[in-house]
Amino acid sequence: MTATIEQTGPATSVGEVPTFEVTLRVRRFLPEGPRGDESYWDDHVLTMHGTDRVLDALHKIKWEQDGSLTFRRSCAHGICGSDAMRINGRNRLACKTLLKDLDIRKPITVEPIKGLPVIKDLVVDMEPFFASYREIMPFLVTSGNQPSAERIQSPEQRAVYDDTTKCILCAACTSSCPVFWTDGQYFGPAAIVNAHRFIFDSRDEAATQRLEILNDKEGVWRCRTTFNCTEACPRGIEITKAIAEVKRAMITRAF
Amino acid sequence: MSTPVITAPRSPYARRKTTRGNFELYGWVFMRISGVVLVALIFTHLFVNLLAGEGINAIDFAFVAGKWASLPWRIVDLIMLWLAMMHGTNGVRTIINDYAEKDRTRGILKVLLYSAFVIVVVTGTLVIFTFDPCPAGADPALLADFCKQL
Ligand code: SF4
Ligand code: FES
Repeated sequence: MTATIEQTGPATSVGEVPTFEVTLRVRRFLPEGPRGDESYWDDHVLTMHGTDRVLDALHKIKWEQDGSLTFRRSCAHGICGSDAMRINGRNRLACKTLLKDLDIRKPITVEPIKGLPVIKDLVVDMEPFFASYREIMPFLVTSGNQPSAERIQSPEQRAVYDDTTKCILCAACTSSCPVFWTDGQYFGPAAIVNAHRFIFDSRDEAATQRLEILNDKEGVWRCRTTFNCTEACPRGIEITKAIAEVKRAMITRAF
Repeated sequence: MSTPVITAPRSPYARRKTTRGNFELYGWVFMRISGVVLVALIFTHLFVNLLAGEGINAIDFAFVAGKWASLPWRIVDLIMLWLAMMHGTNGVRTIINDYAEKDRTRGILKVLLYSAFVIVVVTGTLVIFTFDPCPAGADPALLADFCKQL
């Protein structure tokens, strides 16, 4: 059969994607700037397309209006976990939030995620978050000789922890947790999610150790099942459920 | 020349120390179990005191004295007192941990909380154990019927 060019009506151009005006209200913090340690709101009126995301709006500000605006992003496709921020009061990835899905009649507020020290504008210090992550030993622990082939695992065994393998360490969950906001001592949902990923992995042998680490005053027992984390997770991980499973594992071990 | 030591600006955000142990685990389990038991106890209490028989109009000194004259009721009330106080105190302790940001505030609030716990539990237990349904020299009109036989 001869290949034919499909006729899909007149060729569409970018101009035909509906455009609209949107105000982006960004929380700024420039310690070396004229306003010093005071943070403030900056409004930017932009003309955007229906296909644009909040990240595109931030790019437009940075590239065309105010080069001093600082934020993190890398992949721009929801996989690296760099650009978690508070958009209209909710933790989301800027690269996964379409402007048209937000209420564009009002200014869209963009703030850094809460509970972590802000370094500049939308960039926070992630170190406390990663410190908790490292504490739960996020790597496979085995003993004995290395097998000559792969470590066998059945699809059922894999399914047990499938959900928690999806984490991209964006910190949207931990920084949406009111218990974490209080004093930052709580391990946080992300650390528990990543511990869950190994605790329930049939090939791993350090489940007891990880349960011990999380059986801490600041560990899983500080979870109040607020479900903020589950709502915030851009990967749709059922975080509160994972935390409950870790709790249950601890209880069955203790009794 | 030695390099000046600059403390990391993030040090206050690091976890201060590990506090591992089964205390919070047992606390969590206790809250679930005592919660279920308390629901049963409290509804029995409300039903017996406010609905059964003459209902709320029957409550006076004689009514309470009549109840506490029997050992099973005293045991029920003792359990209810202890469970309710422990459940409530642990709940408020949790709230203090969640909302107080400074260790000092936390400390003060917890001292107040535990003092209140001790006062209520000690006086309550004392009353249940040493209660005299027929105090000598009281107005007989206020006492339970069985006091007259004494
Ligand atoms: S669990 Fe979800 S919200 Fe939390 S760090 Fe991982 S991907 Fe982000
Ligand atoms: S830029 Fe990578 S997740 Fe958004």
